[in-house]
Amino acid sequence: MQTDVAGTAKARAKERAHPHPMEYVKVAIVLAIITGAEVAVYYQEALRSVLVPILLVLSASKFSLVAMFYMHLKFDSRLFSALFTGPLALIIAVLVALLALFHRVLLGV
Amino acid sequence: MAEASLGGHAAAVETTTGLDHRKMVMWAFLGSECLFFGSLISTYLVYRNRSLTGPFPQDTFDIPYTSVSSFVLLMSSLTMVLALAAIQRGNVRGMRTWLVATGLLGSVFLGGQVYEFTTFIAHGLSLSRNLFGTTFFVLTGFHGAHVTVGVVILFSLFLNSLRGKLTRENSLVVELAGLYWHFVDVVWVVIFTVVYLLPY
Repeated sequence: MQTDVAGTAKARAKERAHPHPMEYVKVAIVLAIITGAEVAVYYQEALRSVLVPILLVLSASKFSLVAMFYMHLKFDSRLFSALFTGPLALIIAVLVALLALFHRVLLGV
Repeated sequence: MAEASLGGHAAAVETTTGLDHRKMVMWAFLGSECLFFGSLISTYLVYRNRSLTGPFPQDTFDIPYTSVSSFVLLMSSLTMVLALAAIQRGNVRGMRTWLVATGLLGSVFLGGQVYEFTTFIAHGLSLSRNLFGTTFFVLTGFHGAHVTVGVVILFSLFLNSLRGKLTRENSLVVELAGLYWHFVDVVWVVIFTVVYLLPY
């Protein structure tokens, strides 16, 4: 029981308070701007050669913002982050391996 | 065993990890969902540009339309997290408002997807027409099914709150629903880029 209580206290110490609603709104504004940027970049012929890396970075930014702030991974226990990012890293590795296996390189498709 | 709410987190419980098992299970589930959708996205990418017969993506996609649809789903994540923030502050009425807003935004997204599917089918695309049709409909169809489940959960939460079953003390229920909803949103963030925006 003492171990349980110590574990509880330790886990709680690692968790931080969730943000104020205004912070959520600020994140939403950033997400909206990134989405707008994605669509704007898509229509720029001059950026065609670097379109794929730009889109992937923008998409990853949106993914990270939602996961960190809206899903609270930035504030909650790192165990939750591990449960989520572990499988995510695994499937990204599988994806890269599959693309290599099928002789398809994502950059420059 | 439940203790008072702490810093926006749901009632802490004494477990070996100090973390609520329900939240742990939800994150494990979302981890498995990463593998599920990752497999579908991988399949889509492997078979990308390999269709021998049309219609092809560039003939069917309407980027401005899907961009608006994506924006709607993205904003539903904001309303969802505001619903959680409201109940964690004991504001039940605020939570109801944001829950309904989230459900409606999700429904708008679903309506948009139904319209898009209908348009594509009118263009001759189907599940068995070509590799693009098969991988596209399976991937986006499963995502749409997840959104549908999410909308049902949201309106169920709303009905439960009307019965007085949702309070600040059990705000974890809203948090878990929120985690699921945000996950569905981030999956679409990836789908929107990989399926719609990457050049063909």
